[in-house]
Amino acid sequence: MITVAKKYKSVKPDEVKVWFKAASVNDFPKDGGACVKYKDLQIAVFNFARLNTWFATQNLSPEKEEMVLSRGMIGDHKGTPMVACPLHKKLFSLVDGTNLNGDLDPIATYPIKIEEENVYIGFAD
Amino acid sequence: MKKIIVVGNGMVGYKFCEKFVQQSTDSAFKLTVFGEEPRPAYDRVHLSEYFENQDAKALEMAPAEWYVENGIDLVTNERVVDIHRDSKTITTSKDRTFTYDYLILATGSSPFVPPIKGVEKKGVFVYRTIEDLEGMLAYAADLKKTNPDAKAAVLGGGLLGLEAGKAVLDMGLEPHIVEFAPKLMPRQLDSRSSKVLQLKLESIGLNIHLSKATNQILGDDAIVGMEFGEDDVLNVDMLIVSAGIRPRDELAKTCDLEVGVRGGIVVNNKMQTTDENIYAIGEVALLNQMIYGLVAPGYDMADIAVKQILGDVSAEMPEEIDMSTKLKLIGVDVASFGEPFMPASKGHSIIYEDKTKFLYKRINVSLDRKTLLGGILVGDAADYNMLHQMYMNSMAIPEEPAQLILPTSDGAAAFGDVMDLPDDAQVCSCESVTKGQICGAIESGEAKDLADVVSCTKAGTGCGGCKPMVKDITEATLKSLGIEVKDSICEHFDYNRQDLYKIIQVKGYQTFNEVLDNHGNGGHGCELCKPVVASLMASIHADTANKEYAIQDSNDRFLANIQRNGTYSVVPRVPGGEITPDKLIALGEIAKKYDLYTKVTGGVRIDLFGATLNQLPLIWKDLIAHGFESGHAYGKSLRTVKTCVGSTWCRYGMDESVSFGIELENRYRGIRAPHKIKGGVSGCIRECAEARGKDFGLIAVEGGWNLYVGGNGGATPRHAELFAEQIDNETVIKYLDRYLMLYMRTAKPLQRTAAWQERLEGGIEYLKEVIIEDKLGIAKDLEEEMQTLVNKFECEWTQAVNDPEMMKRFNHFVNSKEEDDNIVFVPMRDQKMPEPWK
Ligand code: SRM
Ligand SMILES: Cc1cc2nc3c(=O)[nH]c(=O)nc-3n(C[C@H](O)[C@H](O)[C@H](O)COP(=O)(O)OP(=O)(O)OC[C@H]3O[C@@H](n4cnc5c(N)ncnc54)[C@H](O)[C@@H]3O)c2cc1C
Ligand code: SF4
Ligand code: FES
Repeated sequence: MITVAKKYKSVKPDEVKVWFKAASVNDFPKDGGACVKYKDLQIAVFNFARLNTWFATQNLSPEKEEMVLSRGMIGDHKGTPMVACPLHKKLFSLVDGTNLNGDLDPIATYPIKIEEENVYIGFAD
Repeated sequence: MKKIIVVGNGMVGYKFCEKFVQQSTDSAFKLTVFGEEPRPAYDRVHLSEYFENQDAKALEMAPAEWYVENGIDLVTNERVVDIHRDSKTITTSKDRTFTYDYLILATGSSPFVPPIKGVEKKGVFVYRTIEDLEGMLAYAADLKKTNPDAKAAVLGGGLLGLEAGKAVLDMGLEPHIVEFAPKLMPRQLDSRSSKVLQLKLESIGLNIHLSKATNQILGDDAIVGMEFGEDDVLNVDMLIVSAGIRPRDELAKTCDLEVGVRGGIVVNNKMQTTDENIYAIGEVALLNQMIYGLVAPGYDMADIAVKQILGDVSAEMPEEIDMSTKLKLIGVDVASFGEPFMPASKGHSIIYEDKTKFLYKRINVSLDRKTLLGGILVGDAADYNMLHQMYMNSMAIPEEPAQLILPTSDGAAAFGDVMDLPDDAQVCSCESVTKGQICGAIESGEAKDLADVVSCTKAGTGCGGCKPMVKDITEATLKSLGIEVKDSICEHFDYNRQDLYKIIQVKGYQTFNEVLDNHGNGGHGCELCKPVVASLMASIHADTANKEYAIQDSNDRFLANIQRNGTYSVVPRVPGGEITPDKLIALGEIAKKYDLYTKVTGGVRIDLFGATLNQLPLIWKDLIAHGFESGHAYGKSLRTVKTCVGSTWCRYGMDESVSFGIELENRYRGIRAPHKIKGGVSGCIRECAEARGKDFGLIAVEGGWNLYVGGNGGATPRHAELFAEQIDNETVIKYLDRYLMLYMRTAKPLQRTAAWQERLEGGIEYLKEVIIEDKLGIAKDLEEEMQTLVNKFECEWTQAVNDPEMMKRFNHFVNSKEEDDNIVFVPMRDQKMPEPWK
């Protein structure tokens, strides 16, 4: 059985083949997230305004496999930028996707760049 | 199997069972308990609390099921009337006979009623059982109907008499205390301290009559007065006799067990009577020629009897039994410990007195000034626990012993630290818990905070007098283990919620970043501090959750409760549960249109489930068009005010509970608080709205509403406590405004009113002082703050659907109008539900 989770694999900056233009920076709340559709993937994009940085991860929470992470609160856990899943408050590092308060599988992370007020997400295919 | 019969299911009889279950390792024994009262054993020490809440269950030592679970046969409502020692049997009031191998007499005592002429008249009560209290309450209520200025006297100015005096005061009758001796609490206090206590009691409205011998009770059928001398009469409409206790040793007399001259079944220090198979424990036992009228020695006796029967024949009662006491009377501190009256040949006394503050402190020290022998505290007994420990453990005292009682500028420095107590210092005498056991529970990791300590050691669950010390020891131990005992909200702030409330209010901050940058520890906030700040902004500025939605908890951010599969539920407000047929139909039609699952909630309104993010604003547009508004089911804010139909329809209704419930729900709707708030309004004492299970509850009674506060369902259910009686609608609102605002200002994050109230220093009495008597002078501010919030109310869903910018929030994708393709519903009964989690 192919689970939804299998569709999400972290992409390293040097693996990027496609820079997908997702939306305008104004479509994302400051210090919050929103969800982007790319092919059959759901990508959570976070505008970490306090660090003047953007992050992209899978939208799927690995705990219960629901598409909710973009709706979580962001902040830091002992200094690591993180998102808290809105369902049961599991924390995931926005930097490398690890689960910071448990032993769930890590979430996939994606490179992101801003050009001319637009948000681009990097994919390997 | 050997049979043990326990006669009497009072506090000590129960403790025997509890200790037996704990200590026996096999099932070689069968326990049967007979109690003459109609219910299982209850906490007599806290009997007076029954006046507040009339909740007999709350006083139970253990529920009836506990006995069943532990294989104990509990027979209530049946008195043992005879003991036949030769056949080792007993007979009961129902003429049943049972055999025993061991018999435990735990029959307690009964109030001593002096043989005064007329004492059998109506309106004369004793103060020992729940039934006594019920009788008094009913009688007082009747009295007040015909005579609002009715008076009641207590015969006896001892420990119990004064407690009864307080009860009279609480019942709303004019209280009088009549004492035979020339001073109050003659057994515990010297003349000077007794005088100070008297002044204090008079200042709170008790009338004290000393050196009075009552000749007769006046009245035809019911009491109308007490006659002391020929022209010396006190007119009263009710009397509570509290003139001492008499051990209930009548059973000993049926079978020739030795009893004392003034009563009590004689026992040796193994708690055996003159028949070695029969034990007597508690207030019926005469040990060392003494009846010990306190629970702690009774519990020790139970323990010794258990050990003896289980074969530990060396177990004996200690030679010295501590009779230190602290009065529970709220508003007046009185304590005495060790030897309160000191003959000059045995030691020195040091006395500090300040009549202007109703303060008296006396300590007695040994001739060599090295140890503390006893003392008396009136007016301020905060140091009782520590002084008591110093006495019990013969601890070294300061070179200048007066330091122990003189007011110091820097607190109680003279005492040293609780951690200086020896490990075997008995901190909780009721449950025999030592300091070492408390520290041990923490060190072993079994207990992580005060609540854990209390539940695993039972310390503080008896009279409760030791709680402050248990708390100090717990905190000191945690600290010594490097565990910080601070209540700051998370790693990003060193402040607790109350501190942040003040900071935001004073500085007028409008955004999370301002608060974090100016008062945080660096970093960027988290899932703990963001919602707290969001809630504070709402409480202080009446902001809705739309203002800074990225710091809101997910539910507040999308103004709906997220469900298992990432869809949402929609709960429109139905104030008081009243709904027109048209609105009901509208709900049905909207649910059909969007294919939503519907259900009536536990909060008596209608919930529509399974809405996708994209659907939320569409559904709300429809709902708003039909006159609905947000029900805030997603917020830490007012949920519902549940009502019963009340006098509008119900034949028993005393007032319009629905109208008032609607008014209250509309008043407090939308207000954000540390946790959710629920209300209930019942039209009469049958309580169909379950008002006492809510954060605030109202019950219509003759002459107004009774207001209850701090109730809770959930994981730790609690009944709300009675706060004010027979008040009108306007006063209810005034008190509630103040209560809720105070809660919003001072509670911890996610702390419901019940937990807040329970942990509040001074408890409900303190709340009454602040809210009713306005002792902090903040009542007006609280009311004004609440009124501002009420005036600024806005339905946040109406706000959201009318603002295109806000509407953008409700798209699942920023770059597509499509919906979440991961959602799968399956059919269930006639509706649908999310696919089960794997
Ligand atoms: C829908 C409902 C169950 C139902 O189908 O009937 C419900 C559903 C939830 N309750 Fe409840 N509670 C519902 C009535 C109650 C009641 C009954 C009542 O209000 O009279 C109680 C006990 C009374 C009380 O609160 O004191 C209740 C005590 C809780 C608690 C325990 C609170 C506590 O202080 O211990 C939680 C957990 C919490 O809030 O931390 C909770 C939490 C929840 C949550 C929010 C759990 C969650 O995080 O998802 C559920 C949200 C579902 C949703 O989307 O609406 N729910 N919940 C009821 C909605 C009532 C309404 O109209 O708003
Ligand atoms: C209002 C009040 C406040 C108090 N405050 C304090 C305090 O602050 N601190 C403190 O230490 N102590 C206090 N006490 C005293 C404390 O309650 C008693 O010391 C304790 O209850 C004694 O327990 P017991 O089991 O010996 O007697 P009880 O609790 O009286 O129990 C005896 C039971 O045996 C039953 N019984 C008697 N005869 C028979 C029979 N033949 N067959 C079947 N059943 C029988 C009785 O009905 C009763 O239920 C207070 C007492 C009262 C009334
Ligand atoms: S009781 Fe538990 S499962 Fe049921 S609605 Fe409340 S929170 Fe959900
Ligand atoms: S000493 Fe009474 S409860 Fe601890």
